[in-house]
Amino acid sequence: MFLINCPYCGERDQQEFKAGGEAHIERPKQPTELSDDEWAEYLFMRKNIKGIQFERWNHAHGCRKWFNMVRDTSNDEIKAIYKMGEKPPTQ
Amino acid sequence: MTKNLRVKSSEYIDETNRISFKFNGKTYHGFKGDTLASALLANDVHLVGRSFKYHRPRGIMTSGSEEPNAIVQVNPGTNRTEPNVRATEVEIYEGLEASSQNCWPSVEFDIGGINNFLSPFFPAGFYYKTFMWPASFWEKYEFFIRHSAGLGKSPTTSDPDIYDHRNVHCDVLVVGAGISGIMAAKNAAKNNFKTLLIEEKNELGGSTIYENNQFNKIDNKTPSEWLKKEIEELKNIQNLEIKTRTSVAAYHQYNYLLARENLTDHLEAKNKTNKIRQRLLKIRAKKVILATGALERPLIFNNNDRPGIMLSSAVKKYSEFYGVACGSKNVFFTNNDSAYESALSLYNKGINVQAIIDIREQSESKIVKKVKEAGIKIYWSHTIVDTSGYKRLNSLSIMKLSNDGTSVTGSKISISCDCLGVAGGWTPAVHLYTQSGSKLKFDEEKQIFLPNQNTSEQISVGSCGGDFKIDEIIKNLNHKLKDNLNIKETDLDNIKVEIDQENSKRNIWLLPSDKPLGKTKPFVDYQNDATAKDIKLALREGFRSIEHVKRYTTTGMGTDQGKLGNMHALGIIADTAGVKMGELGTTTFRPPYTPLTFGAIVGRNVGKFFDIFRRTPMNNWHVENKAEFENVGQWKRAWYYPINGETMHQAVQRESKAARESAGILDASTLGKIDIQGSDASEFLNRVYTNAWSKLAIGKCRYGLMLNEDGMVYDDGVTTRLGENHYIMTTTTGGAANVLGKLEDYLQTEWPELDVYLTSVTDHYATASLCGPNSKKILKKIIPDLDLSDESFPHMSFKEAKIGNVQCRIMRISFTGEHSYEINVQASYGKDLWEKCIEAGQEFKITPYGTETMHLLRAEKGFIIVGQDTDGTMTPIDLQMDWIVSKKKYDFIGKRSLYRSDTMREDRKQLVGLLTDDPNIVLEEGAQIVSELNQNPVEMLGHVTSSYFSPNLNKSIALAVVRGGKDMMGKKLFVPMENKNINVTIASPVFYDEKNERLNA
Repeated sequence: MFLINCPYCGERDQQEFKAGGEAHIERPKQPTELSDDEWAEYLFMRKNIKGIQFERWNHAHGCRKWFNMVRDTSNDEIKAIYKMGEKPPTQ
Repeated sequence: MTKNLRVKSSEYIDETNRISFKFNGKTYHGFKGDTLASALLANDVHLVGRSFKYHRPRGIMTSGSEEPNAIVQVNPGTNRTEPNVRATEVEIYEGLEASSQNCWPSVEFDIGGINNFLSPFFPAGFYYKTFMWPASFWEKYEFFIRHSAGLGKSPTTSDPDIYDHRNVHCDVLVVGAGISGIMAAKNAAKNNFKTLLIEEKNELGGSTIYENNQFNKIDNKTPSEWLKKEIEELKNIQNLEIKTRTSVAAYHQYNYLLARENLTDHLEAKNKTNKIRQRLLKIRAKKVILATGALERPLIFNNNDRPGIMLSSAVKKYSEFYGVACGSKNVFFTNNDSAYESALSLYNKGINVQAIIDIREQSESKIVKKVKEAGIKIYWSHTIVDTSGYKRLNSLSIMKLSNDGTSVTGSKISISCDCLGVAGGWTPAVHLYTQSGSKLKFDEEKQIFLPNQNTSEQISVGSCGGDFKIDEIIKNLNHKLKDNLNIKETDLDNIKVEIDQENSKRNIWLLPSDKPLGKTKPFVDYQNDATAKDIKLALREGFRSIEHVKRYTTTGMGTDQGKLGNMHALGIIADTAGVKMGELGTTTFRPPYTPLTFGAIVGRNVGKFFDIFRRTPMNNWHVENKAEFENVGQWKRAWYYPINGETMHQAVQRESKAARESAGILDASTLGKIDIQGSDASEFLNRVYTNAWSKLAIGKCRYGLMLNEDGMVYDDGVTTRLGENHYIMTTTTGGAANVLGKLEDYLQTEWPELDVYLTSVTDHYATASLCGPNSKKILKKIIPDLDLSDESFPHMSFKEAKIGNVQCRIMRISFTGEHSYEINVQASYGKDLWEKCIEAGQEFKITPYGTETMHLLRAEKGFIIVGQDTDGTMTPIDLQMDWIVSKKKYDFIGKRSLYRSDTMREDRKQLVGLLTDDPNIVLEEGAQIVSELNQNPVEMLGHVTSSYFSPNLNKSIALAVVRGGKDMMGKKLFVPMENKNINVTIASPVFYDEKNERLNA
């Protein structure tokens, strides 16, 4: 059970949160211009890294805000948390 | 006659408080402070159970939670019965009953004992090898295997006890209240850390509290005296909470731990009622100090499992702590000095100690000299090669051990005895440490796994951290505490410790016998009857990974999780395979450390608190009018309203006809409602729905279909424009929370530039849906001054009105195909609104209808239900709803996916209507559809998604998804059922009023 530091509410138990998969995958601005392969890349392809991963989380049972997290998936250490729209920390 | 083996009055046993209890139907006596194990031993009862596989007689081995053998059924036949309880952990109370498990008809005479003599036929992997063929026989085998498996019996009536959960936060959590735990907790609390100390037993002090080695001194006191004084001082310390009878079951990442606190298990039945039996503590600790101690290992030799063979440390605890001698002729078998302490403990109380068998060549420590002076015979470099006594140990044979420890020489010596204390060294209890994700390292010198890489704010102190001698314990504890808590001074700074110099131990994982291994039974896992030869067999058969050997031989897979034998299993594998133990690694220690009850896990979430449920404001009316309910998501929805003993079918037929012929009313309060406001609200709707919204006039309603980004239908509902920048969206009952979540996601992450605010108002409104040709007249009666003409209030429009003083929103929308109104009022007026409608509708015989009738009526119209007619693989095109997909809009969620090669395939499953050739046959929902009957295997074309008997059409109707169904209008197909094949024809999914004339009727 992680202890997650919501950037809006502070430290809360993991059960208040919902994981939202890989972060920084921007929805294409002009989907109709994309080939099937390009669209599939956006739609289906996700990295599943053992190590440092950037991911989206939602404080679903709290402020309902989405934010980003840098997590080491090999030991579940949360390296950083930052708001949507903020630049990801450099490693 | 039973003997009384009480040997001295112990300060932990209250001999003035005599307690009677029953074991296997016989009454015994013990005292307050006894465990079931100590009380039985005091009555000279060693035989308490039978082993799992061979049904060998087994006795009490240990004095703690690591006990593999003495597992009993507590209070059998009552509603408080509990299986697989360790007798070493049960505190006795007046009226306690316990019985042996895994034996029939009794533990003394057990039919299953024959397995012991058949044991050559039950090697490792017996089940895998034997029941493989013929494959079709598995069901028969399974029947017998299931009957012979299992230890205790589950209770058959509901649990009368109350369980609880509690969240606990602390700065420092100390697990284990031995000498290290107590000193750690004391110093943490003194330095203003909010500290919680947890101990699984009901007394503090661990093994030091009865430590009697006269050669060990702390500040010139025996460790026991010194520690008692320290414990006394704990009472005066602020910031310190102590929980005894509390066992940490799991240690998760981020210092999140689960502990079970036992509150009433030690009380008489009459004192248990209306109290919380167990409390699950959910602990978040800033720092964790593990002081879980060490578990003594046995030695692995031939027939090392007989009742009367115990751990040496357990013999000592029973003698020193409980005042019980485990035997009258005692022998110890050891590879280190600790057995000598146990021997002296008995000797000092005048109990006979026959001999000590030591596999080492010699030891020069003071305690060994003391034993020699006492005249106890010591056999150096000897090992036990066999033992005898079926239900109780009566003698053992020993032989001289060769120099390399792999064989025995010389002649056999026989020693008669009734209790053997075995000391094989100490294994740090690192279970919780590894559960937290931290990593161990093998210490070649000490031959143990020790904490190495911490992943959380944690330290391991005392023997679980590898320090066994009191001087090392205190020194290392002191600097670990200072380091970890960042403190300068502790109570440990000026302590003087003297200790007896212990000679090192000699580790031989598997001791040899004069017989070949194949003819011996050296048990490694007592509970699961795994022997050293099973492990060697597994290696011969090619198993290499420790995890595989474990599963193949079942070593370490009992309820004790191999707390005693796992190290030996590793040692034997390492020796046999010629690898280092450190390279082998350990098996994974998984939670719980000791078993948890289901009660503790679920806490208060039982009965009506099992799951959350939601009721509409009209619920009481439905109950009063005898509605049957169905669960829709968390909602309890009225399903149908049977009258005069109607079946569901009869009620639904009646309700459906009434709704079309005169008037019906449905409680639609459960539909999800999202209030949408902001200057970009229209643009937002354009992006989330497939159709266009910009031109929707204020006061108008529109049906919308929402897709996932993959193009599949996600939700649907009607949205009404209340104002320039204000909409109210309805969602499906089950989808409300997910839809809101999804919309928030897009707003916050993809389109933060949009000025839109979403609020869930599902619970704020109650909705009555009035439908049928007379609905207009009924509404007119309720709100006489509202203009209900088609010109002023046409289909798909909205009006605000007042019923008395109550503001309401009325939408003229329809899910049944009839002329209908959805009236929304503030939730607290819901029942009032409903009753007004019923009253006004009396003259039109208004009929309340439930969800089943709603489903039937909409199916007659071919309206889909997301989640029933769709399953996450249906696009709007598959649903033949092309009309709702805007071609003009540049983009909306899921649009691009509708043009992927896969979604554009012609042979996708498509929604169609299905009519049975015999109009009286109603298809089963989920039934498969085929075009050929004589093909094998036959191709499945699709399946039935909705099916009803329509009273309005007087025939059965169905919706189905069929591969390429769109172009198969009129095609004859089959629905094969178990006993018959049903002939069906593909039809339009709209069965009733295809021209929508009734909407304006």
